[in-house]
Amino acid sequence: MNVSFFFEVLIGGLLAGVMYSLVALGFVLIYKASGVFNFAQGAMVFLAALTFVSLLERGVNFWLALGVTLAVMVVLGMAIERVVLRPLVNQPPITLFMATIGLTFVLEGLSQAVWGSQPHGLELGIADVPMQWLADSTGMFISQFDLIASGVAAVLVAALALFFQYTRVGRALRAVADDHQAALAVGIPLKNIWAIVWAVAGFVALVAGMLWGARNGVQYALTFIALKALPVLILGGFESILGAIVGGLIIGASEKLAEVYLGPMVGGGIESWFAYVIALLFLLVRPQGLFGEKIIDRV
Amino acid sequence: MSREARIGETVLSVEKVSLSFGGVKALQDVSFDVREHEVRAIIGPNGAGKSSMLNVINGVYHPQQGTIRLRANGAWKEFSDMDSHEAAALGIARTFQNIALFKGMTVLDNIMTGRNLKMRASFLEQAIWIGRARREELKHRRAVEEIIDFMEIQHIRKTPVGRLPYGLQKRVELARALAAEPRLLLLDEPMAGMNMEEKQDMCRFVLDVNDQYGTTIVLIEHDMGVVMDISDRVVVLDYGRKIGDGTPEEIRGNQAVIDAYLGVAH
Amino acid sequence: MLYREAGQFKSTYAADQQIFPIRQDRIAVTLLLLVAFIGVPLFANEYWLSAILVPFLIFALAALGLNILTGYAGQLSLGTAAFMAVGAFMAYNFVLRMPWLGVIPSFILAGLCASAVGIVFGLPSLRIKGFYLAVATLACQFFVLWAIQRIGWFTNNSSTGVITAQTIEILGHTFDTPQSKYLLTLGIVAVLALLAKNLMRSETGRAFMAVRDMDVAASVIGIPMMKTKLLAFAISSFYCGVAGAMYAYTYLGTVEPEAFTLDLSFRILFMIIIGGVGSILGSFLGAAFITLLPIFLNVFFGALSHTFGLDISHAIVSNIELMIFGGLIIFFLIVEPHGLARLWQIAKEKLRLWPFPH
Repeated sequence: MNVSFFFEVLIGGLLAGVMYSLVALGFVLIYKASGVFNFAQGAMVFLAALTFVSLLERGVNFWLALGVTLAVMVVLGMAIERVVLRPLVNQPPITLFMATIGLTFVLEGLSQAVWGSQPHGLELGIADVPMQWLADSTGMFISQFDLIASGVAAVLVAALALFFQYTRVGRALRAVADDHQAALAVGIPLKNIWAIVWAVAGFVALVAGMLWGARNGVQYALTFIALKALPVLILGGFESILGAIVGGLIIGASEKLAEVYLGPMVGGGIESWFAYVIALLFLLVRPQGLFGEKIIDRV
Repeated sequence: MSREARIGETVLSVEKVSLSFGGVKALQDVSFDVREHEVRAIIGPNGAGKSSMLNVINGVYHPQQGTIRLRANGAWKEFSDMDSHEAAALGIARTFQNIALFKGMTVLDNIMTGRNLKMRASFLEQAIWIGRARREELKHRRAVEEIIDFMEIQHIRKTPVGRLPYGLQKRVELARALAAEPRLLLLDEPMAGMNMEEKQDMCRFVLDVNDQYGTTIVLIEHDMGVVMDISDRVVVLDYGRKIGDGTPEEIRGNQAVIDAYLGVAH
Repeated sequence: MLYREAGQFKSTYAADQQIFPIRQDRIAVTLLLLVAFIGVPLFANEYWLSAILVPFLIFALAALGLNILTGYAGQLSLGTAAFMAVGAFMAYNFVLRMPWLGVIPSFILAGLCASAVGIVFGLPSLRIKGFYLAVATLACQFFVLWAIQRIGWFTNNSSTGVITAQTIEILGHTFDTPQSKYLLTLGIVAVLALLAKNLMRSETGRAFMAVRDMDVAASVIGIPMMKTKLLAFAISSFYCGVAGAMYAYTYLGTVEPEAFTLDLSFRILFMIIIGGVGSILGSFLGAAFITLLPIFLNVFFGALSHTFGLDISHAIVSNIELMIFGGLIIFFLIVEPHGLARLWQIAKEKLRLWPFPH
């Protein structure tokens, strides 16, 4: 086995994993704050990317387009809180989950009804080419784009972690995540907190949408990356930011390695389900995920 | 026949049971026994481990140490890691502190679930609704109607339980447990949250069950008046340890129990 | 005739436990079946039979299957389409490789294969609940589709993955007209719906609902968790599998694995949410609603663009359809989580008291 090729695949997988983490992060944020498993996160990524690229194509300045898209996502987040979540407060989690499946359809329909359904290319000015110096020195072909994307993701994760840990809003968020009732009792405005979380999740969706869009084009298939993020969540636990990162890395790496080394034996294309099978096997051993808390049923 | 005279041999014995969740020790080295036909109360302050004790007895929790021995059909069964549906098959039924009825089903259907262990028809027979399946539905319906009469809930038999007031729900839950014709009935605070009248009704039902069906009963209760009135023997738990065991009169005079309830400077 | 149960006294428990205890309901169901079996084939045209009624019945059966699992037993599944795919492709293989079996036994065996797959992917339900389980069923969705696409045996090594269903022949009679296909579909759906109704009102159904409503209490009363959950997966997948087989044989004729994507799973989930979770009738109402809505929208927007001279493209209509589907799901979950079936029930209760309000 060629060692440098193995590492090339591994690193490529890890970098792709960071991108999964980025999407998973949006799920974790919302789940932590409101206990909602937001299936629509993928549709939000799609909507953000499509809005951004469509504005760019209409000649809007890059930063203005970014600002407008961000505003759209924030307003959308608040609207979702108002229209979907608030009426469903105190419903079982599974009902909220199904509501977000409905939301997925609404958002997919909305983005394509407004901007059309043809695919777009997105150019961020970062070339998706192997880094020559690395290839020269080690013989590994690692994409420059992947590396920069991972850097962006890392910065975002660090910023969010700091935000959660050290700001007043972050503290309130953690309080809400721990216990809605208790948070309300000490005077934390629950509704505002939820709106903020959905807005932040919208922002994360925008970043994820830009990076994924630049890599694979902005098209309907973008919504499927949410499906890739689900095994990541199972692996990492629904409420752990660290879990989303580690889960993403594990899924990204094992998926690529499996595709390259196992794929040819079974006819290829196993990327579509391999992550799920890992997650499933994992569930049987540790149902709460790597960093999730063990739940004890009280009766 | 007086109640005392009916009380027979030991049917359940809890031996040196310890249970912990992470670092929290819910039960430590608890042992006690239950005799046939008696009403055995478990009391103790909040967080003493009373519900955990019931959960261990019917297999919802599995203790880290210790065993439970149950006499079923003349033979002793010893276990520490039995599933709760196996406990049910051995004749243990129970009610819960926070009502655990099947909210989406009618009162009748809820009580019918109590008969599930007695039904033999396969799902295919049930789907076709012939022969054994149909006969069983009728036979058990009759048995359930008797329990409905006994618990005086005829008027609500077709009502979804979610719509019933709290006191009636408690009664339906007891009816469901009775439908299983248990040998041992575990009641977790059957009178919690009830007013005086409802409590009296419930006491009457518990004593009637004990008298008419001869069911052995283990119950958790906070109302000392009720406990002293209806139980034959009492176990007292505090911080997961047993601090007292005896007849109501003995418990009333037990210094450790008084201290636990009133609090003393250590 | 008034919808009243006054005067219908029941003197035996058997009479009280009839499938339809109220006389008017019995009459209505009989009439409905008469119309469906005799009236419709006589008067409906080919378009209605093969483009609306047959898919409606098949979707109703699949929705019924999902409802058994999700609505009755409380285990959310997003893998419905995968079970249908197993049914479709296994039926094809049984008919192809064992032609002496006959079509109906092949359908049943195909359904049993779907059951087996359902049991395997239902195993995680013993340890996990809620959306964790939903994610696990997604694994089924992706894996099964991949297997059918990649393993040539399933499609008889068809290069495009498309299979063409053989002509249906039962006891020397060929089902090749829209009428006969409709009647065959209707017959299978009616029998399976009856069986499901019986099953859900007996011990198995109660065990399913007990597990759904409170699993700890169910176990404490003696209901074995593992057996009950796996049985729910098995029965549900059987229904979906038979629906899948008919999807290939009496509806489309030619199918490819891509017909059974996650989108179809969602569509069937939507049927039970809109129709009524935990209701046999709801499965039919939901299937009718979701089947008819796109047709209605097409007609509506067609008329709209015709009258106002607007150019509403097909893409726009399909996007609006997506939004309406999604919006309706949210609407029903908020306003009437038990769906159309509950609305129907409320209407009946009101009717029973009519013209008095209480």
